[in-house]
Amino acid sequence: MPFIPHTQADVAAMLAAIGVETIEDLFDEIPSRLRACDIGSLPEALSEMEIGRLMQTRARQDGQPLSFLGAGAYEHHIPAAVWQIATRGEFYSAYTPYQAEASQGTLQVLYEFQSMMAALTAMDVSNASLYDGASALAEAVLMAVRANRQTQSRRVLVPRALHPAYRRTVHSIVHNQGIELVQVPYDRSGGHTAPERLAPFAGEEFAAMVIQQPNFFGVLEEVDALADWAHQHNALVIGVANPVALALLSPPGEWGAEGADIACGEGQPLGIPLSSGGPYLGFLCCRQALVRQLPGRLAGRTLDAEGKPGFTLTLQAREQHIRRSKATSNICTNQGLLVTAATLHMSLLGTEGLERVAAACHANTNLLAAILCEIPGVAPLFDRPRFHECALRLPAPAADLLRSLAAHNILGGFDLGSDYPELDPAILVCATEMRTPEDLDAYAAKLARVIATRTQARCPVEPKI
Amino acid sequence: MSKAPDDLKYTKDHEWVRDNGDGTVTVGITDHAQEALGDLVFVEVPEIAKRLAAGEACAVVESVKAASDVYSPLAGEVTEINEALGDAPETINEDAYGEGWMFKLRVADAAELEAMMDAAAYGRFLEEEDA
Repeated sequence: MPFIPHTQADVAAMLAAIGVETIEDLFDEIPSRLRACDIGSLPEALSEMEIGRLMQTRARQDGQPLSFLGAGAYEHHIPAAVWQIATRGEFYSAYTPYQAEASQGTLQVLYEFQSMMAALTAMDVSNASLYDGASALAEAVLMAVRANRQTQSRRVLVPRALHPAYRRTVHSIVHNQGIELVQVPYDRSGGHTAPERLAPFAGEEFAAMVIQQPNFFGVLEEVDALADWAHQHNALVIGVANPVALALLSPPGEWGAEGADIACGEGQPLGIPLSSGGPYLGFLCCRQALVRQLPGRLAGRTLDAEGKPGFTLTLQAREQHIRRSKATSNICTNQGLLVTAATLHMSLLGTEGLERVAAACHANTNLLAAILCEIPGVAPLFDRPRFHECALRLPAPAADLLRSLAAHNILGGFDLGSDYPELDPAILVCATEMRTPEDLDAYAAKLARVIATRTQARCPVEPKI
Repeated sequence: MSKAPDDLKYTKDHEWVRDNGDGTVTVGITDHAQEALGDLVFVEVPEIAKRLAAGEACAVVESVKAASDVYSPLAGEVTEINEALGDAPETINEDAYGEGWMFKLRVADAAELEAMMDAAAYGRFLEEEDA
């Protein structure tokens, strides 16, 4: 039996049947400038042995730096049982469980994940995950524009203190659909999105407003005031939240008088290793009234023909394989394996464990900030309460200092100047529960030394040449 | 054989239209349509005051088997919607021409109504479709 289904003869027969000469002709309506033609740079195929050696070399390059870098992805302790169980053969497939009769275990995991996320965000419904936090927010924006029946507006308020990569991803996905993102400035002394700064937008119509808690700077937003303002102005509220922070902070479903309409975010802190940036998982939750606008997989619990409980994909009329072009999204999968890990991680930690992780991160970062600010020239940029990240002003170019620290095997933080030139030179630092007091001291000592080398007055005696 | 009352007009997309005699019409899906769809689980009706073009997709009916668009039979403005369908979509299965109505339109051009199929023509259309 051939493993490649379409032989040359099959292809020729199909083309003849529809009256087209070549496969290329099927794509001729796509302008040539939009087509990616150049794959000539792909290297030649390698043997298994060669690939093995290449990957070992690459893996060694990763090293194990001491990380104080957060900015959207966080190094947390992952109980060994999480991946031991997640990589069992029964779970180790990302494929969508269409066949309920053969996928009860996978479907139940998805259902448990949804239940946990709905509880964590205090929302009615959760989907079975999306690709990552940024694409989950893009889907939330599209969903809000479709769902808001009080306004025809296709404009969405987005704080400048929202994660810059999220802003770029959302822009890429929505701008060609005629949706305009309108930026709300942040307060330069507090680092938060001050509710009073919304006043200039009061006369305009918006489909939704995005609120990130904590925001990109790690600063806590006044979520109640922001959410209430949005609802008073007929805008839906999209909450973007760090799931670990939700163990301590009030969940999006309880923001303001009515709660957020949609909640989303990055699930990586729930048992997913950093892995050089992915794969991660996005979560997306909403109020019951919006569930028909929710994109992505949904697992539901039901009764079978014999009255026994079982699990199945549900509300599939939202999705591409039923609604085609009128589906809520072109998303038609979920991050099954990562959802499995996140579900295991949450069940192993439990409510109390997750709270302790969040509290430890918060305390550690406050301690780090205090130690670092003893170094002359280093000071906090913002004076408002934070969760587990802190923006610091530096007395020398951030990129140079970070490079020097990296040479000492320390990832010193995120260079804020690249996305916020007005704050340069500044970095965003994070200390999760993984950092010990010795780690914090080691970082402070190295940072003090590299700053001293950069800022010390030049020797008054000119060297003799 | 499904019912098709004589006092209504019909479309090829299986919507029915009742002339209310005051410049508005009531719109729903036919008994044949509800029978073909099976048990309805969700109905989305258009928004009040929305202006619709004839043939524009303006509502959705979802059953245990399929989801289908409902097209506006005529051009006009939505004046009233059947909000009861939100909680009880099965009303369409039970009473497609009565309590199961979907929305009312203020029609832009009454002549369009005259050009639509009557019950007899719709009956012949169904027979042809079956054949």
